[in-house]
Amino acid sequence: MTIEKSALTSGSIMIVGGGISGITTALEAAEVGYEVLLIEKEPSLGGRVSQLKHYFPKLCPPTCGLEINYKRIKDNPKIKVITMAEIEKVEGTAGNYTVDVKISPRYVNENCTACGECAKVCESEIADEFNFGMNRKKAAYLPHNMAFPSRYVMAPSMSADDRAKCKEVCKFDAVDFDMQSKNLTFKVGAIVWATGWKPYDAARIDNLGFGRYQNIVTNMMLERLASKNGPTQGKIVRPSDDKAPATIAFVQCAGSRDENHLPYCSYICCMASLKHATYIREQYPDAKIYIYYIDLRTPGRKYENFYSKLKQDKNVFFVKGKVAEVSEDSSTGNINLVAEDTLSGEKVRQTVDMLVLATGMQPSLSDDKPNADLQFNPDGFVINDFKKGGMFAAGCANKPADVVSSNQNATGMALKAIQTLVRR
Amino acid sequence: MSKKYCVYICTGCGIGDTLDIDALTEIPDDEGVNCKTHQFLCGKEGVAMIQKDVDDGKVNAMVIGACSKRVNFDVFNFNGCIVERVNLREGVVWPHSREKYPALTEDQKDDSAYCDRIQMKASDYIRMGMVRIEKVKLPEPYKTQTFSRKILVLGGGITGISAALDAAKAGFEVTIVEKQNKLGGYAANMRSQMPVQAPYEQLIPSVIDEKIAELQQYPNIEVKTSTEVARIAGQPGEFTVTFKKPGEKVPFDVPFPLPPEMLVDEKGKELDAEAQHVKYLEFNKGKEDILTLDPNGELYGAVILAAGWRPDDIKGNNAYSHLGVDLPDVITNDQFEKIAAKGKIVRPSDGKEAKSVVFIQSPGKDEDDADFPYCGSVTSQVALKQAKYVRNDYTDGKAYIIYQHMRTPGLQENFYKSMQQDNGIFMSKGAVTSVTQSGSELIVEAQNTLLGKNLNIKADLVVIAAGMVPVTVDDPVINLAYRQGPGFRDNAIFGGYADSNYICFPYETQRTGIYAAGAIRRSMTIDESIEDAAGAALKAIQCIESANRGVAVHPRSGDMSFPEFFFQRCTQCKRCTVECPFGALDDDAKGTPKANPTRCRRCGTCMGACPERIISFADYSIDSIGSQVKAIKVPSEDDFDEPPFRILALICENDAYPALDMVGMNRIDYSPDVRVIPVRCLGSVNTIWIKDALAQGMDGVILIGCKHGDDYQCHFVKGSELAQVRLKKIGDALASLALEEERVRFEEIAIDEYDKLPELLSSFVKELEDLGPSPFKGF
Repeated sequence: MTIEKSALTSGSIMIVGGGISGITTALEAAEVGYEVLLIEKEPSLGGRVSQLKHYFPKLCPPTCGLEINYKRIKDNPKIKVITMAEIEKVEGTAGNYTVDVKISPRYVNENCTACGECAKVCESEIADEFNFGMNRKKAAYLPHNMAFPSRYVMAPSMSADDRAKCKEVCKFDAVDFDMQSKNLTFKVGAIVWATGWKPYDAARIDNLGFGRYQNIVTNMMLERLASKNGPTQGKIVRPSDDKAPATIAFVQCAGSRDENHLPYCSYICCMASLKHATYIREQYPDAKIYIYYIDLRTPGRKYENFYSKLKQDKNVFFVKGKVAEVSEDSSTGNINLVAEDTLSGEKVRQTVDMLVLATGMQPSLSDDKPNADLQFNPDGFVINDFKKGGMFAAGCANKPADVVSSNQNATGMALKAIQTLVRR
Repeated sequence: MSKKYCVYICTGCGIGDTLDIDALTEIPDDEGVNCKTHQFLCGKEGVAMIQKDVDDGKVNAMVIGACSKRVNFDVFNFNGCIVERVNLREGVVWPHSREKYPALTEDQKDDSAYCDRIQMKASDYIRMGMVRIEKVKLPEPYKTQTFSRKILVLGGGITGISAALDAAKAGFEVTIVEKQNKLGGYAANMRSQMPVQAPYEQLIPSVIDEKIAELQQYPNIEVKTSTEVARIAGQPGEFTVTFKKPGEKVPFDVPFPLPPEMLVDEKGKELDAEAQHVKYLEFNKGKEDILTLDPNGELYGAVILAAGWRPDDIKGNNAYSHLGVDLPDVITNDQFEKIAAKGKIVRPSDGKEAKSVVFIQSPGKDEDDADFPYCGSVTSQVALKQAKYVRNDYTDGKAYIIYQHMRTPGLQENFYKSMQQDNGIFMSKGAVTSVTQSGSELIVEAQNTLLGKNLNIKADLVVIAAGMVPVTVDDPVINLAYRQGPGFRDNAIFGGYADSNYICFPYETQRTGIYAAGAIRRSMTIDESIEDAAGAALKAIQCIESANRGVAVHPRSGDMSFPEFFFQRCTQCKRCTVECPFGALDDDAKGTPKANPTRCRRCGTCMGACPERIISFADYSIDSIGSQVKAIKVPSEDDFDEPPFRILALICENDAYPALDMVGMNRIDYSPDVRVIPVRCLGSVNTIWIKDALAQGMDGVILIGCKHGDDYQCHFVKGSELAQVRLKKIGDALASLALEEERVRFEEIAIDEYDKLPELLSSFVKELEDLGPSPFKGF
């Protein structure tokens, strides 16, 4: 299922990005009967959704669907997965592309059985980016419990001493520090870009204090704090003192709908904060939760029901207003915020134990445009040109969207890719 | 196939360090089955060893005692061979350590005061694996007798037309069926469409005309207007479809199941099956039975349901009386659109130019900030568009949009922003409290607006943002000739939408081969509907290709097994037909089930339902699992002074089994006396397995499956729910065995709740220990 050599597979479809959209496009096309190459830059598939505790509005774990999808991938010889791989260059036209792919060394070969002996002996640690750097992990690691492929990775920063120890302890000769990055070339008929999104850098929103005050976290960090496989084993606590927060405020549109940052609406943040309120409520029955918003965008029956259920909670307060300033009470680590209540026009001052910035989504390709004939809108989302065909963006590479819409879109893009191949 | 067996045991990853491998190999040896060990079975050399045995014709049915079947799936895949993975790693040596359960010394091995609980678990697993490969067959694909690759699209609006074009562009033949006498649906009745790309400043002409014109280029698309579907019979790959004129009564109109009130007599007592059948025939008089195929019907491979929506009717609705909905100049957004499509915006009451128009988005005054039902985010965007009509028609026109939440998600925010630049469009959050007539004008009062605490607007016209009601609220539309009824099941939990319950799998329906798209699933804009249509078209194509290959579609994609029936023993109890989550089974007048294999998702719910145990799959049957249960050794006082307990765990392989693997990966211990059998779905669990386990002296049985309820996580919709219902009924059987009902337990677990599993299993064992050992041990 994983391949490591160049191949001539014209008539096949390449999917760039192994998050939920890319996985969906890959599976839907392969189950029609097409050859599919799935390219992922991280060591395992799953992308952003694998960092989530639950999906809204069902509050079900993303790993449930991922597990089924991984099983479908394992069952289907038509799908080839390449991890730690990035696109260097795309040349050619619809139906006939030549793609250069660069694969970074994992320092672990296919002999790895994920037994974990290397991690036991390795003492070097690295910041755990899966948890947004909130903790450190061994430099020999499995990305997470459900990682697919289930194979360890050695961080390049590992000490020479540890490298020797890891190599020695591995009974299967799977550790290989001589591994070099390599370049492969593929011929494919169509390409679907499912490169997804990244959380908008909250440090750039100067007035909201992220990075200056410890108890201001982003919504994605809260997601990791609430997850059992996260840095606190699922306990939502303040970063400064690991204390249980009694009052938590959410700042909606932190960076979104803002000409200075992201001019568009990021689609998911309202529902995400409502979902986060349920995480907090589950752990802290009496915690007070304040949500500062411009408009609550909970479109559709399912989302509307979720919102109206949360409105029954007497300790969740919705304030129509924009948070303008924050400061820290240095003795307690509490956060003081100043917001303008849009309706009364009055200034609201509040002190909370923890502040969550509902930061939006930025397309992954916005700052790092690939060497390919793609058209972008000013925000970095790929504009699909169906008349031209050949290359398409799916999911959040194309526009801000929730998971269900991304999957719809990704399914449709599988068909657009197939149409490109059929036409020739 | 004549089976040639072999057991391969891997000693790597701690297996060889923890287990007595020699003792383990004796198990197949004693049965005369070859057994080989390797220290790195998944490595090149190990796999080559197995492959050589296969190539030499020595082995075609094997047990691989190594890691979980969830890993190295592709590595241990040998063409034409039955492969059973026995989970010695995640299931035995990783959770249970020698620190906790020390190995026995040579002396202890012969002493009945000692037992090696880890070794016993591994031994049972090897025995269970061996019996399974003996009992199963390799599945062969099912092929339908006739086969069609044509796609039927129900609905000739923007979604249906887009779906048809997308399928045609992939080379498929398509028929569009439209009830009206022309194509286009609501999109054809619009003045303009909202912009969908930068700079988002100008409204654009509806794309519908362009799409209809594009249809002409595709000779593989057939259009039937003034037509509807009387019935769709059969199964994916060979649906037989009867068309008719709208409203016409024909013999192949689909029969409807009896409504609940007709299933009982005057006293409310349920009628017996025969009486019900008589009533059913009477109720459906003049209609052919579902199993009678229309000789003039047309064959299709798959169906796309794109029948769309109707505007919500708000006139006369008391809940909205404060909004003056019965006044002549208070109209819905749909009525407004029709006026706009004809020409300048005028009032319905007197035809006067409407230069001051108020758009009301939410009905709930200050008590509820929800929009009207079935709005989604579409009506916010429609209000913006329609406000622009007022401005385009009259330079001195004024449009007011009073909303609770302006819903322009994603990039549509740009449209909102560009409309904000128009100084004749006033938008404010606010709660509309009343709309009243004052002479020839309307007065709209609103509270808590951004423009002031109380607002009074004089308007010529008031537009209500009524929702888009999916037509499945009124009518099943698809008219399936299925015993379970003509529509999708469980639409009620989606408010009548023909939607999927799965976030990960948005096109899932409980009717294989029929995929919904557009506003019938969720309120959607034109742009969203076009996008959705492409996905549904892909799913229809995929279903056709899968049916043609004889394999299942999601979630058991590629599975070639299908249910087979031993009809001689069928008692026509209909449980399989009723319980199948996908309506895959029909039955004849007597109640004998008729399988439709390409509708089947291979969950095995029918197998679990059957009291006569006559339903099986080639590689998954009552016998294969039952024999595994019987292969578990139940130690008694004849064997040990204190025989360890034996507990059977039947667990869902989709969620609970991976979670249990996580327990192993994290080296968390739980009672090693539990024997786990993964099942396709808890719905496939037949209570005979539970009875057998208890009858052979096992102390308890636990079923672990997915969460059920309206937000069910079961991949087969009803499996875990049905299992729980069946378990409740097992009490009598237990009583007849003089066993406590606490010996059987049902638990729900989500895949990420692995940390709860050890405690859950251990507490069950503790409870059983308190009850004492099963009285059936040693018999």
